[in-house]
Amino acid sequence: MFNEHIFDYLRTDKLPHIWCPGCAHGIIVGSLVRSIEKLKIDKNKIAVLSGIGCSGRTPGYLDMNTLHTTHGRSLTFATGIKMAKPELTVIDVMGDGDAVAIGGNHFIHACRRNIDIKAIIFNNNIYGMTGGQYSPTTPTNYYASTAPYGNVETPFDIVKLAKGAGASFVARADAFHIGLLDNVIQKALSHKGFSVVEVMATCPTQFGRRNKMKEPYQMLDFVAERAISLKKWQEMSEEERKGKFPIGIFVDEQREEYVETYEKNVIERAKKGDR
Amino acid sequence: MKKRYTHKIFKNLCKGCSLCVHYCPKNVLEIGDDRKVIAARPDDCIGCHMCEMRCPDFAIQVHVCEEEEKEKVK
Ligand code: SF4
Ligand code: SF4
Ligand code: SF4
Repeated sequence: MFNEHIFDYLRTDKLPHIWCPGCAHGIIVGSLVRSIEKLKIDKNKIAVLSGIGCSGRTPGYLDMNTLHTTHGRSLTFATGIKMAKPELTVIDVMGDGDAVAIGGNHFIHACRRNIDIKAIIFNNNIYGMTGGQYSPTTPTNYYASTAPYGNVETPFDIVKLAKGAGASFVARADAFHIGLLDNVIQKALSHKGFSVVEVMATCPTQFGRRNKMKEPYQMLDFVAERAISLKKWQEMSEEERKGKFPIGIFVDEQREEYVETYEKNVIERAKKGDR
Repeated sequence: MKKRYTHKIFKNLCKGCSLCVHYCPKNVLEIGDDRKVIAARPDDCIGCHMCEMRCPDFAIQVHVCEEEEKEKVK
């Protein structure tokens, strides 16, 4: 099963999508759809949300229950939907700016609560849609419209952030290694609890052009070359790890889920007047 | 017998980005004069589906040749 049935899950009248030629966002959407099909999740029982930015366009192309929300706040809408309709599989698509800049606070608290939302973060290391400003994940020394001398900051490690904040499933994949990408998205969709999948993506237009990678394949190579399997990563020295990142599953734990706990400890007791 | 494959290309979706061309392990694909992908050497295809899964525009699918599908049914 590859993309044979992909159009059953897409709003075909909205295609071709708005993303630039060779932008990896579409690769991640393909993986998400294949994963949904593989797990036989009814598309009418899925809610997909997004914030603002290029990744924010995703729900517009998916033939599911969709909501395009405000910048960085999609997790708050997702929380409301999951609380009201726990039977839905709630998928929140975010950009790096959404997830760890403007929405950073929402992100860490969703992790802490362990609410059953699947957060898929399209990390292209830049603000693509608004003109190529550097984001909290732009690697040090790389160029952005707001970093003409190179970025002097240290980027966030989203995996470590999610792990520290208490998410019960945390994985990183990338848009080149499709097998792993499909695999971790499937695992995240099957996991009960807050699930974070950081997908290392590309932005040939805003990041690539400023960093001598204007061809889409150069950008995807840039991602592929730095992505190291967790097993290999563990055998590498600090020196060898420089500029690279591990891919794989970092946290996969069963922990009490927020909506269930709330139902049990608040709703049921409130109904009985048990205070 | 070696399996044969056909390439279903949705020209209206293809943006000519070349990702599929670049990563095809058998050099099957090319960008045509209209800046859209073409399967120039379909007989060399090994059916790995990497072009299909790395295409950001859902513009290419690889299918086993129909005659062979029919063979299987017989
Ligand atoms: S600006 Fe960058 S992230 Fe946005 S669609 Fe274009 S390539 Fe993709
Ligand atoms: S299926 Fe594999 S070998 Fe065939 S065209 Fe696609 S990438 Fe090339
Ligand atoms: S990857 Fe897709 S959009 Fe890009 S050239 Fe190939 S078929 Fe066209």
